[in-house]
Amino acid sequence: MLEEVKHVILVLSGKGGVGKSTVSTQLALTLKEKGFKVGLLDIDLCGPSVPYLLNLEDQNIHQGSGHWIPVYLDKEKKLAVMSIGFLLKSRNDAVVWRGPKKTSMIKQFLEDVYWQDLDYLIIDTPPGTSDEHITVMENLRNVPQCSAIIVTTPQQVAIEDVRKEITFCRKTGIPIMGLIENMSGYECPTCSECTNIFSTGGGKSLAEISKIKFLGSIPIDPRIGALAGKGVAAVKELPDCTTSKVFNDLINHLPHTTANGS
Amino acid sequence: MSSVPENAPNHCPGTQSEDAGKASACAGCPNQNICASGVPAGPDPALEIIKERLANVKHKIIILSGKGGVGKSTVTSLLGHALAKLNPDANVGILDADICGPSQPRVLGVSGEQVHNSGSGWSPVYVTDNLSLMSIGFLLASPDDAVIWRGPKKNGMIKQFLSEVDWGDLDYLLIDTPPGTSDEHLSVIQYLSAAGVSGAVVVTTPQEVALLDVRKEIQFCQKVGLPVLGVVENMSLFVCPNCQARSEIFPATTGGARALCAALGARLLGALPLDPLLARCCDSGADFVAELPHSPAVLALRAIVAGTRLRNIARPPRVFYTLPV
Ligand SMILES: Nc1ncnc2c1ncn2[C@@H]1O[C@H](COP(=O)(O)OP(=O)(O)OP(=O)(O)O)[C@@H](O)[C@H]1O
Ligand SMILES: [Mg+2]
Ligand SMILES: [Zn+2]
Repeated sequence: MLEEVKHVILVLSGKGGVGKSTVSTQLALTLKEKGFKVGLLDIDLCGPSVPYLLNLEDQNIHQGSGHWIPVYLDKEKKLAVMSIGFLLKSRNDAVVWRGPKKTSMIKQFLEDVYWQDLDYLIIDTPPGTSDEHITVMENLRNVPQCSAIIVTTPQQVAIEDVRKEITFCRKTGIPIMGLIENMSGYECPTCSECTNIFSTGGGKSLAEISKIKFLGSIPIDPRIGALAGKGVAAVKELPDCTTSKVFNDLINHLPHTTANGS
Repeated sequence: MSSVPENAPNHCPGTQSEDAGKASACAGCPNQNICASGVPAGPDPALEIIKERLANVKHKIIILSGKGGVGKSTVTSLLGHALAKLNPDANVGILDADICGPSQPRVLGVSGEQVHNSGSGWSPVYVTDNLSLMSIGFLLASPDDAVIWRGPKKNGMIKQFLSEVDWGDLDYLLIDTPPGTSDEHLSVIQYLSAAGVSGAVVVTTPQEVALLDVRKEIQFCQKVGLPVLGVVENMSLFVCPNCQARSEIFPATTGGARALCAALGARLLGALPLDPLLARCCDSGADFVAELPHSPAVLALRAIVAGTRLRNIARPPRVFYTLPV
């Protein structure tokens, strides 16, 4: 049911914990603030964090005639969300599935969710280059407007895995829109000295070497961390922080579409 | 490969392969129906082979976390170095079961090394005299190489690692895993079901987004009957190198690992502070325990090591079955 979706944006990283879900949710919230119709699909089946991040943990998916109706963040239905988290009985429930089951769940997410017309569908992914990723790629092969944003943190341990993800994109033919570096530095709340906890500049130099557009650096900002679980856009809540600037700029790099007013 | 039965035709794809029973070579094979049905015939003979191979490995400990990037690989390498140093007569091995994102070669400073295959199996790479490592990273031609594999191929690789690596006598085998509760984890536990596992060390960071996934991981351990040796809270506090003030970068808004342990009846092994020098050491592959023996992180590590060892002895290895296929 992706016929009415104008653009699909995959958020990828080979490494875990680099901030894919934070980038996905903030990107979706930023687009919603700008008046677009957005969908957010969480295909991290073993560790879905989107429902928590958007403060939707108690929501349920409703069954339509032969399809699933996503959860809407707002009354105006500008932001639609789908995650396996909505299908679990308890937040402690573990999804202990091998590849084939994950594959069929993701196929259902792509085929059976009634997204309606969307300007952007953002897909948040787990780390790695395995079942989830292969399945999404195979199923999006026929969706023309599809590209990827790569998220990394600056240190070598992360860069090493992200290089593998770039190879994955190139092998499967998905265009890479650009790369975001997250957790670049941390400003001490006492003395304001900025420490590069996870070293510095790794994302930018990776972008240069791999000939990928660099979309900006996001610092470690506890104020952004505190937005987790609230479901509000950084660009609205903290318009002057670096993170908001990066997301505002990011919108300009997205493939263009006219805001869907209807 | 061990997954090819003796009576199989030439070019058998192997019973664990996605093409099992479906490849052109399968036509006429007596096992074709069993393979095509996807139901393994009887207990996997690999379990016994693995049991024999690991007969001289005393404690097998799995490092787990539902959440990515919380420091599983860092904690694994720190534990490895610390256990090896604590007792120079002990032998410690690390198996990197993260097939798509192997970090151990870099973190232990041995990336670029090669593994050798001899008559007795694959020899692991020795980081020090009594610390050895096996990782898929050693088998890739370039750091850009991506391992684009679905579950069954990853499982086959893990089976090979467990059945074909010649570890020698080990006191500890630490197994680093990718985040989640899926193929790699199930395979490690399943393949070790005959050999026996001591238990799991679960790593988390203090913020709720991480705890959310760690609760699932602990539930997973309970589901599959894997004892939780304890929980390590990583990146707990940040000490500013400029003014020494402490701050919470990842605030424990819901009580952190301590509250989680209390709620789930798990034991908190200790908390590691967030130390930029530790991140540097991971990148350069330096041995943090040797470089900065008096740092707060190494002091915290001592308690964690002590806890891991205590629990190890107290708990006899257990055997578990009925894993989802
Ligand atoms: N206590 C700490 N202080 C500072 N940096 C740390 C600490 N623990 C881990 N790190 C750094 O955080 C990053 C993530 O750690 P690590 O790679 O060990 O996580 P992981 O859980 O194995 O990730 P993945 O899920 O991707 O396998 C690394 O760059 C590591 O050096
Ligand atoms: Mg790791
Ligand atoms: Zn300071």
